Amino acid sequence: MELNGADIVVRCLADEGVEHVFGYPGGAVLYIYDAIFKQDKFQHILVRHEQAAVHAADAYSRASNKVGVCIVTSGPGATNAVTGIATAYMDSIPLVIISGQVPTAAIGEDAFQECDTVGITRPCVKHNFLVRDVKDLAETMRRAFYIARTGRPGPVLVDIPKDITVAPCKYVPPKGEISMRSYAPVNKGHQGQIKKAVQMLLAAERPMIYTGGGVILSDASAELRKLADQLGAPITNTLMGLGATPGSDRRFLGMPGMHGTYEANMAMQHCDVLLAIGARFDDRVIGNPKHFAQNARKIIHIDIDPSSISKRVRVDVPIVGNVKDVLQDLSAQYEVARADTKPASIEKWWQQVEAWRERACLKYAPSDEVIKPQFVVEKLWEVTGGNAFVTSDVGQHQMWAAQYYRFEQPRRWINSGGLGTMGVGLPYAMGVQMANPGADVAVITGEASIQMNIQELSTCHQYHLTPKIVCLNNRFLGMVRQWQQIDYGSRYSESYMDSLPDFVKVAEAYGHVGLRIERPADVEPALREAFKKHKDRLVFLDFITDRTENVWPMVKAGRGLTEMLLGSEDL
Amino acid sequence: MKHVISVLMENEPGALSRVVGLFSARGYNIETLTVAPTEDATLSRLTVVTVGSDEVIEQITKHLNRLVDVVKVVDLTEGAHIERELMLIKVRAVGKERDEVKRMADIFRGRIIDVTDKSYTIELTGDQDKIQAFIGALDRSAIMETVRTGVSGIGRGERILKL
Repeated sequence: MELNGADIVVRCLADEGVEHVFGYPGGAVLYIYDAIFKQDKFQHILVRHEQAAVHAADAYSRASNKVGVCIVTSGPGATNAVTGIATAYMDSIPLVIISGQVPTAAIGEDAFQECDTVGITRPCVKHNFLVRDVKDLAETMRRAFYIARTGRPGPVLVDIPKDITVAPCKYVPPKGEISMRSYAPVNKGHQGQIKKAVQMLLAAERPMIYTGGGVILSDASAELRKLADQLGAPITNTLMGLGATPGSDRRFLGMPGMHGTYEANMAMQHCDVLLAIGARFDDRVIGNPKHFAQNARKIIHIDIDPSSISKRVRVDVPIVGNVKDVLQDLSAQYEVARADTKPASIEKWWQQVEAWRERACLKYAPSDEVIKPQFVVEKLWEVTGGNAFVTSDVGQHQMWAAQYYRFEQPRRWINSGGLGTMGVGLPYAMGVQMANPGADVAVITGEASIQMNIQELSTCHQYHLTPKIVCLNNRFLGMVRQWQQIDYGSRYSESYMDSLPDFVKVAEAYGHVGLRIERPADVEPALREAFKKHKDRLVFLDFITDRTENVWPMVKAGRGLTEMLLGSEDL
Repeated sequence: MKHVISVLMENEPGALSRVVGLFSARGYNIETLTVAPTEDATLSRLTVVTVGSDEVIEQITKHLNRLVDVVKVVDLTEGAHIERELMLIKVRAVGKERDEVKRMADIFRGRIIDVTDKSYTIELTGDQDKIQAFIGALDRSAIMETVRTGVSGIGRGERILKL
């Protein structure tokens, strides 16, 4: 069957089972959009800015474990997409980005809307391709999907010059799996290494489980829960790993790190065997690596990416493999070994952990007069039964969401952990809702972050997307202000937001519902109104919160994990 | 410590950029870099000389392996291997200098490959120490121009980097 390049792109997407594509048309992708017009296999969602298309596809993937897909045009379309691509790359999210390019003959001539997309995106994609011949197009598309979803997942960009999209070519539907001599991810862990890990865990008197985004990405929450039951050890999930362990589980110590709980950080530092699963010991999680290494402990590290192992912290037992496969083997081996060797008692360790927990580091001073941001998140958790999909932007509100919304399930907490991209919240909610129609979706955001992609209120209206936007409005760039207060002598340089819009009117102007909430007593009723009465509408809840509330606990940048500030009295 | 790392990769446009980009993005050193297709035209062989602690070298090899275009990576320095670099050097050669330079080239087993009445161009092959020693042995002010290929390396004996 002879098709043109654009038809082949559309056919490849259909053959991959793609149901939703986020994008924005432009000159270089007009043939592709013409082919989209003529098909009915997938729905195209027209965003208002290319950055949002990538974020939406990214969240679609995070919430569904499918590969997210977006289409942008050449030049500014591609450069607008870069922030979204880098965001997905840092969090290892499988995406396929199709970008238009100027015709092959015009490449390098500074043509209208030309940029070196492959060059610009090279450092922030797992891989990218420039298609130079229509005969390579179908195979390239297949490879893009294969590379994106296998191994350590990540975004893959396919740059397609306009002439390729109109060139005729025979289309042969795919047969069998892709095989590439230069790319063969390892899934199974080394059995000998797993055995070593089992022996270490059996002998551990102070074991600690620390898990990250890798558990979510490999859909290994069930395996993790089983292993946690076997070991009985305390467990912490990083910002990217929240939901892997139910928030209601007694063994769950909350999140570790810069704004982690006292008990999680103390346990990370003082354990004798640390089992790290799909986590990468990053600077926001372990603080200063030298300080972290001061305490002698054995570290077992399971990760699919060898380069994540022994990067910041030396580990004793590296296990390279897919988290899900490795956890299955680890559990099975542990079960067998436990029959021969009685695990060491961890009772004393738990007494210590409980003593740390009694510090109740997340307690905050409630108020009848001013809305505490933590209070809003707690009420949101209550009103949604802890089961909503929650996206967030980046800043203080993100940390409060992570601390106070206790996730019971994986893939419910969607945020930009690695790159820390302000403006992801609303487009993330769009992607989540396209993947889960009918589910409750909340965006926890701030008055600064929300304005970085506020144009997407229009997209939400067009596609009847109904997230509830929980804006914790403190009239400050809260996290910047907090750092300035603590480290820069309270000189609030450019962290105050003047001339804010009336968000209620903004929401209404875009055809949505807007509510302003100024008193603590109105918080819960407003949330109920949003999720019940306005279930089928997008609601912008503008909570006027305590202006100078800080996120506690806090480990200052570069400091040791246990050098925590627990509140303003520690300043 | 100095390491010689050999990389077998797909002979695709952009593959070299990925390697170079990796080094610059992660702050690793490149002392020399050489790349050319192998006997199998679909594969390129790249040799990079870099300096770093054991931890850094381990990360470099892991990150190189992570690149989708990279087929195989070996740190030649881990075992017996041979390093060679080619240098072309143009040296002023007037009057009695002519004999002296010729003699020096002979001692280092260099070959004079171009001659004018004022200069010799010498081709010299060897490891980096030898090339450095030759440059050191010449009168600094007599050196008009040098060009070096960077190090190529290969394992000794049965040590083979192949698909």
